[in-house]
Amino acid sequence: MKLTLKIWRQKSANDQGKIVDYKLDNVSADMSFLEMLDVLNQDLIDKDEEPIAFDHDCREGICGSCSMFINGRAHGPDRAITVCQLHMRSFKDGDTIYIEPWRATAFPVIKDLIVDRSAFDRIQQAGGFISVNTSGNTQDANATLISKQAADTAMDAATCIGCGACVATCKNSSAMLFVGAKVSQYALLPQGQIEAADRVKNMVAQMDLEGFGNCTNTGACEVECPKGISLDNIARMNRELMKASI
Amino acid sequence: MGGFFKSSIGRKVAMALSAFFLMFFLVQHLSINILSVFNPDLFNEVSHFMGTNPLVQFLLQPVLIFGVVFHFVMGFILELKNNTARKVSYVKTNGASNSTWMSRNMIYSGIAILAFIILHFIDFWFPEINTKFINGDWSGTMEGVEGFRYHEELTHKFHSHTRTIAYVIAFVFLALHLLHGFTSAFQSMGGTAGRKKTLQNIGKAYSIIIPIGFIFVALYHHLKYVLE
Repeated sequence: MKLTLKIWRQKSANDQGKIVDYKLDNVSADMSFLEMLDVLNQDLIDKDEEPIAFDHDCREGICGSCSMFINGRAHGPDRAITVCQLHMRSFKDGDTIYIEPWRATAFPVIKDLIVDRSAFDRIQQAGGFISVNTSGNTQDANATLISKQAADTAMDAATCIGCGACVATCKNSSAMLFVGAKVSQYALLPQGQIEAADRVKNMVAQMDLEGFGNCTNTGACEVECPKGISLDNIARMNRELMKASI
Repeated sequence: MGGFFKSSIGRKVAMALSAFFLMFFLVQHLSINILSVFNPDLFNEVSHFMGTNPLVQFLLQPVLIFGVVFHFVMGFILELKNNTARKVSYVKTNGASNSTWMSRNMIYSGIAILAFIILHFIDFWFPEINTKFINGDWSGTMEGVEGFRYHEELTHKFHSHTRTIAYVIAFVFLALHLLHGFTSAFQSMGGTAGRKKTLQNIGKAYSIIIPIGFIFVALYHHLKYVLE
């Protein structure tokens, strides 16, 4: 298939950046979206042009580094996928495809389609952990009994890969689905109880400090999340913060 | 607790609490308005009670005004903050693929409701304050009207085509605002019940019935005047 690609090009964090048009022929419907970009980059290299910088690592939907907004949607048109899981069969011959980096003040563009998501790391460092003794006498994980429902719900929250699609798609650039998932995965387990109050307070404070917007419950984040993280996690985070603040 | 209300989540909760209060007020307001159609004498009695009762005038009314002002001011503050969270916009967006129009445009439906409230205050609240607090007339009567004046004042306002149309349009925006706001308030308070079918249906029913009730009252009085 033949495609017209409108791709955001930005030399550096301080560059203004702009959309640049590219024509690409002979795109196979079986290619993944990232493979299509590989082909385009090879063309650009052959023409002595600067290839498009984009983040990728695992190419199996788990690293969450492919921060691309494709045709107005985080990770493109399909549900519950990352960009490496998006295939060209989702597009038609002759299509025009817009490819942009995540847009959020807290996720500044580094180059082209690569954004700095270290704000998420700082939120995690503010409280997204449990303190355990690792000096050689670590307790057997199975020694603490946990109900299946709690374990399953915590696991659902823990499947968040921190890709930032929730922030990218939210009209307010809110990070509450991410933080809600990280708070929830510990709030549901006995191991997370001891530091629960400080965790939620510190993570929310860091989230606010990073400049993310406020959640207005549009639900767009849940729809676009590649791991199907539920809005219930935001509600749980709200409850946890209320509980910790009273 | 002070720190809580400075946080993004605390502000959401504050918005939700003021929303619950305002949604309760809408039920109370419509309950009285509907009397103007079915029982004008009772409407006059209730209006006089609400307009002269010290508890309503000096406690509930200031609380209501605070609730309205707070909801609008906080809404605008949050909107401005949210705008700074994305300084560079996307070239192409497709919001309709993952969220409702109502949820994405609460600020616009809110501005429309604010414009209506200003009109509504000019129509009813400012004259009422003038009569009672400036002129000191708490009798609830007026020259040329037998009994209390409230029903006459209400029906007189709906003689105008323009005002009636403006009121109807404003209530449509109120419905759009409530269609997202009702369940959103529950979600902000940490309730997952807002995502359950039953509460969603209650929310839809509330968001449609309340504005339709207000539209009915406005159209009834307008059509009654036009057809008489």
